[in-house]
Amino acid sequence: MNKVINLNQAVGHINDAAVIMIGGFLSVGTPEAIIDSIIKKNVKNLTIIANDSGFPTSGIGKLVVSRQVKKLVVSHIGTNPETGRQMRENELEVELVPQGTLIERIRSGGAGLGGVLTPTGLGTMVADGKQIITVDGKDFLLEKPLRAEVALIKAARADTAGNLIFRKSARNFNPVIATAADIVIAEVQDVVPVGQIEPDEVMLPGILVDYLVKIQEEPYGK
Amino acid sequence: MESRSLIAKRVAQEFKDGDLVNLGIGIPTLAANYIPANISVTLHSENGFVGLGPAGALVDRDLTNAGGQPASIALGGATFDSAMSFTIIRGGHLTATVLGALEVDQEGNLANWMVPGKLVPGMGGAMDLVVGAKRVIVAMEHAGRDGAPKIVRKCTLPLTASQEVDLIITELGVFEVTKQGLVLTEIAPNVELQTIKERTSADYVVSPNLKEMQV
Repeated sequence: MNKVINLNQAVGHINDAAVIMIGGFLSVGTPEAIIDSIIKKNVKNLTIIANDSGFPTSGIGKLVVSRQVKKLVVSHIGTNPETGRQMRENELEVELVPQGTLIERIRSGGAGLGGVLTPTGLGTMVADGKQIITVDGKDFLLEKPLRAEVALIKAARADTAGNLIFRKSARNFNPVIATAADIVIAEVQDVVPVGQIEPDEVMLPGILVDYLVKIQEEPYGK
Repeated sequence: MESRSLIAKRVAQEFKDGDLVNLGIGIPTLAANYIPANISVTLHSENGFVGLGPAGALVDRDLTNAGGQPASIALGGATFDSAMSFTIIRGGHLTATVLGALEVDQEGNLANWMVPGKLVPGMGGAMDLVVGAKRVIVAMEHAGRDGAPKIVRKCTLPLTASQEVDLIITELGVFEVTKQGLVLTEIAPNVELQTIKERTSADYVVSPNLKEMQV
């Protein structure tokens, strides 16, 4: 099957009130072109699960500024003042989750697990209302799995089977969220024929990637 | 010496050859400048790599530190995803984490992620770092900008973690957090014990072996 689609086809999978996961860490490794297309389509009431809400002018922050987000599930909002403002005005719901707990909730959602037991957050407001489970005398918080309808990820390179290679610190949440969504769309700079990426080099198996959107970006090192 | 540099220099003395360390934003990051040349310390960056180094001449949009600033990866470094990054953090693989604080108390409780109604940046990776690292070092200026003590009897701000702090380093001195409470083990050059007493609201004892900070 041909996995390569264009931006219009990609955002065709994203509708009002969708729950989506988006890769990136402070906009590094975030699929910016797909985000721009979501802004153009102007879908509303999105729930976004991601590490952070980026900046007002880049990454997930652009969707906050364009007021398309109903709820954020993130570990950090400090780099986007607009997120804080909408939260204070009760225009946006924000669930803050410790970063390590967030990635494990996503991983468990993608791995068929019933959640994770973590010591992170014990004795803090993160533990409010959550079940504490004692294993061999040690307390853990039960943190439940997260899944989404669509995961939007970014990679440096793909083959036509969808096998992906990420680059430097742009990997972050991308391969993990790709396990935890019904539809996975990867924004990539380079799509090569199968065989050009060795199986041992693959960082995310293509069986987890439904669609590829090829985006021409300026060269590396800029 | 300016107080931020003094704190950073003292923090670096905690590191040993072969350590894997995560440095938080601000004063902790400055500690990287004072790591002795004769030891090898690997820095962990929670956005997904070990071998964090300063930015080179060429800026690479796919490579930043956890604060989003341009960075480099040292020879021997490695990149990975966020699940691995926090496996390293939570799994006890970090020798130490160094962070700033809004408040730290005499039981080793730490508050550094929000001020209700004022500042809610989120905890990012801080809660996992403090719970997971073998040693938790708080590196901060001794008092707030308004002069209010930050080393207190009991934290009033929402906690980052409960009873995880091992060491507190400020421009005035060094406190160890023990089961019996805080012990002042070092005092900065030209600082009087009385000054520390005035700027600290926590209870503490002065170690019988009190030393001068070597900074």
